[in-house]
Amino acid sequence: MPHISLPEGLPGIRSLAAYRPDTGAALYALAEALLRGDSSFSQADAELIATFTSSLNQCTFCTCSHAAAARFLFESNQDVVDAVIADYQTAPISDKMKALLTIAKCVQEDARTVSEEIVANARLLGATDREIHDTVLIAATFCMFNRYVDGLATVTPTDVADYIPMGERMGTLGYVPPKPQ
Amino acid sequence: MPHIQFQNDLPGILGPMNFSPHTAAPMNALANALLQTDEGLSRGERELIATYVSSQNDCFFCQTIHGAVASEYLGDEDWSFVKAVKCDYEQTNLSPKMKALLAIAGSVQKGGKNVTSEQVEAAQNEGATDREIHDTVLIAAAFCMFNRYVDGLATIAPQNPEVYRARAAKVVEKGYSAEGKYTSEKIIS
Repeated sequence: MPHISLPEGLPGIRSLAAYRPDTGAALYALAEALLRGDSSFSQADAELIATFTSSLNQCTFCTCSHAAAARFLFESNQDVVDAVIADYQTAPISDKMKALLTIAKCVQEDARTVSEEIVANARLLGATDREIHDTVLIAATFCMFNRYVDGLATVTPTDVADYIPMGERMGTLGYVPPKPQ
Repeated sequence: MPHIQFQNDLPGILGPMNFSPHTAAPMNALANALLQTDEGLSRGERELIATYVSSQNDCFFCQTIHGAVASEYLGDEDWSFVKAVKCDYEQTNLSPKMKALLAIAGSVQKGGKNVTSEQVEAAQNEGATDREIHDTVLIAAAFCMFNRYVDGLATIAPQNPEVYRARAAKVVEKGYSAEGKYTSEKIIS
């Protein structure tokens, strides 16, 4: 049960955006800009970094919903999402993406541990400044979303099937805030 | 030295924000919506939560600028009160409600699941409203983002306190924006 009285019938972040629409609008705009906007990543790769960070933070709602979006976007290659959640080092992704996920992991743990060495390694594997920037900001942003969603104990659907339409909506319509209640 | 070339030499979060204006705009909108209001929690109280979380994350830039803004609002001219809150807020003369909210913020900093029903009840017993609890959690969560953005890219933090004092006065006057420079001179723009 949520720690505060939130609009009923909405899960996770949607209940929070409906509760306080002005911060909700800024948060949805940030997700849209970061994951679907003028990003260096494909939407699928951006969602993969969001999913990975959320899984490290053990945020069930964000992990399941962004994993559903990533699976939808990766289409026939969707097994890559679960492989990354299980162990990104052995997942069938590029070495560059592995190096970027290592940066994301450091950001999640303690941003001061993002070292010159791991950044240099990502760059050696072809990562641009823009990709490194976007990786750090996606990881940082999900350290916020995950804490917001779990810190208020929002409603988290337990059936994986409930996340499939959410993922499809995120992958097609993007991040549209719920109507204020 | 920053991990990437920002194409500018602006300090702290202004470096990456000016590198990436399309993500900076909603981030500043969030900061203004959360911090530039006295609804429930005052601006000074909101900045104290931001400062406390930034100090728990050991982010020098964020704790210094938001500490300076909090001090500006709270009339804490020598910054001693904000320093005491960062060091051990239980020993300060903050209200029991603010102490209970800072405890929640401290849990959020460690991870959202650390917030307990007992902590929330304790805050409610001291008079905290749902909206105040909500805003505390979101401020704490948001600074877990801002701090990571600033430190994850190894941005440059000015060392001179007067630089932060001048910027804080501008924030109090005009709110948060990716524009403007950090300088010890009063900024006219």
